[in-house]
Amino acid sequence: MVRILVCVKQAIDVSQVKVDTATRRVITVDAPKKISDFDKNALEEAIRLKEKLGGEVITLTVGPEDAKTTIREALAMGADKAYIITDPAFEGSDTLATSYVLAEAVKKLGSFDLIFCGEASVDSFSAQVGPRLAERLSISLITYVKKLSLEGDTVTVERSLEDSYETIRTKTPVLLTVTKELNEPRIPSLMSIMKASKKEVVVWKAADLNIAKEKVGESGSAIKILSVLAPKVERKKIVIKGETPAETAEKLARALIQDGAIKR
Amino acid sequence: MKAGMGEHQGVWVYSENMDLTLEMLSKASELACKLQTEVAALLIGHEVKVQADQLVGYGANKVYVVDNPALKSFQSETYLSTLTMLVKEHKPEILLVGSTRKGRELAARLATRFEAGCVPDCTSLSLDGQGRLITERVVYGGNGSVTQVFQTKPQIACVPPRTFEKAGFTERQGEIIDINISQFEPPKTEIVEVKPIEVAAVKIEEAKVVVVGGRGVEKKEDFKLLENLCYVLGGQVGYTRPLAEDRKWFKGDWIGLSGHKIKPVLYISCGVSGVIQHVAGIRDSQIIVAINKDPEAPIFEMADYIVVGDLYEIVPALENALKKLQGAS
Repeated sequence: MVRILVCVKQAIDVSQVKVDTATRRVITVDAPKKISDFDKNALEEAIRLKEKLGGEVITLTVGPEDAKTTIREALAMGADKAYIITDPAFEGSDTLATSYVLAEAVKKLGSFDLIFCGEASVDSFSAQVGPRLAERLSISLITYVKKLSLEGDTVTVERSLEDSYETIRTKTPVLLTVTKELNEPRIPSLMSIMKASKKEVVVWKAADLNIAKEKVGESGSAIKILSVLAPKVERKKIVIKGETPAETAEKLARALIQDGAIKR
Repeated sequence: MKAGMGEHQGVWVYSENMDLTLEMLSKASELACKLQTEVAALLIGHEVKVQADQLVGYGANKVYVVDNPALKSFQSETYLSTLTMLVKEHKPEILLVGSTRKGRELAARLATRFEAGCVPDCTSLSLDGQGRLITERVVYGGNGSVTQVFQTKPQIACVPPRTFEKAGFTERQGEIIDINISQFEPPKTEIVEVKPIEVAAVKIEEAKVVVVGGRGVEKKEDFKLLENLCYVLGGQVGYTRPLAEDRKWFKGDWIGLSGHKIKPVLYISCGVSGVIQHVAGIRDSQIIVAINKDPEAPIFEMADYIVVGDLYEIVPALENALKKLQGAS
C-alpha cells in the first residue's frame, strides 16, 4: 500500500495566450486553463504505482476555485480525491508563498510515501515549487525523474541532466519532480470520466489551514511582477527573390556575406 | 521596503559549470560596480583550489574556497549545506547561480531556507533606483517576457549558459579565502551511477551557424541536403520538436524553448513553420534566414531574410552559391 500525493497546477494553455499589439501586453484572462503537462506525467506515474501496489492517490492544488473543474480530469485519470486550496489572500503569491501554502496543506493531510510534482509548470516554467516544498517538509528530493522504481521503502530513479543520466537511490518519503520522458499519460475513458464525477473534491480556505496571512499573497512574496510583455521583434524581414532558385540562393549568399554572417 | 533589505552586501557567483561561472562574473562585476560593492565567487568541490586565480582574473575580488573530499561529487545536501553556511555567515545581497538542472534545484532550496526569492532562467539582470535586482525571463511558452523585482534579500537569480559574455582575463589581485567545514548535513540521497550522455563534438549551443529542418523536410534521409549546406557553412544541423516527438526521427533534444535554446551568428530554418515554442528557442540568433514554401508561415515574421520557396530547390542552390562565392575569393 502506498499513499501518494500529486501536486497539480491549473496552468494557462500557453498556445491560447493573446498579445495586445499596441502595448505588447500579454493577455491571459481569457486563455483556457488545463492541468499543466508535466503534472499529468506525475499523475500517470502515481496511478500506475497505486494500481500495482494498492493504496491511494490524492491531488493537491493551490489556485482559484475554478480549478475544481480542471481537476476533474485528474480524478478521471484515476486519482482518488482532490484538494483545492483557494483564498483571495493568495493573490500575488510567488513560489516562496505558494510552497508555504502547499507545505501547510501537506502537513494537514498527513504523511505520504511519495509526493510528485511536474518538473515545472507549462505557463511560468520556474521549476521552483517542487524543490521548495521538499525543503519545507525536510524530505528527500529528486528532480527531473525519467524512470522510477519503488521496492519497499527504497526508491531508485534515473534522472536526466544536461550532459548525463544519474541513478539515485533514496528512502521514502521523497518528493520527485518528473519529466515528460517518464511515461505517456492516459486519456480517461468515458466510463472513468463518469465515475470521477462522484469522487470528492475538497476545498480549503486559508483559515482551514494553519496559515499566517503575512506569509502569503503579495506581502508574503519575495518577488513582485512589474510587467509581462510579448518579446520585441526587430527583424529586417527582407524578401529575397530571384528568377530561379540559383539566383535567389546567390542573392541570399551575397547578403549574408555582406552582413558578415558568413566568411568568404 | 521590507525588513531584511539592509545589512546584506556583495554580489556572489556560483555554478558547478566553470564557463558559466566566468560568464556570470562579468555581469556580477557590472552590478557590483553600480552598487559599489565587491564580487565574490564560490569555489566548491574537491581539489578545486587551483581554479581560484582564474576566478580572480575574470573579475572576482574574493574567492571563497571550500575544498573537501566530501564535495567530490555533486550531492545535493552536501552542496546545499555548504552554500547555506556561506550565505548565513557573509550575507550577500545578490547571488547568481548557474541555471543548470542541478543549479536551479540548489538555488530554489537555498532560497527557501532564507525565505528568499529566486528567479530561474534570467535573460536579463539590472538594478532599479533603490539598487534592487530586476530580472527578466521568458514565460507562457515564449509568448511573454516577465520583468520582476526582488522585495527581500538575499536576491537569488539563476543565469543560463551563454546569457552573458565572458570578460577578458586580466592578471589582478584578489583575496582567496579558505573555508573549512568540519561537518556537512547528512545526504538524503545516494548517487548510484552517472552515465554521460553522448553529445556531438561541438554542442549545438556553441555552433556559430545552425541549419534547422522542420516538417517541410519530407524524409529523414533528406537531412543530407541540410548537412551538405552545413558543411560549406561550418555549422551544425538541428531539428524541430515534431521531427523528434511525432516522427521519431531523432531522440529528444530539438531546438526550441523546451529543448536547446540557441543564439548562433546565423540561423537558417528550412521548412520550419515557426510555432512560438520553436521561435522562443532561436529568438536571440543574430541573423535569421527562413526558407518555407508557405508565404504565410509565422517564421517569416521574425526573419531577417525571407525566402518563399521549396527547400528542396533552395538549400542545394544555396550550397552551390556559397561554394562559388567562397571559391572566388
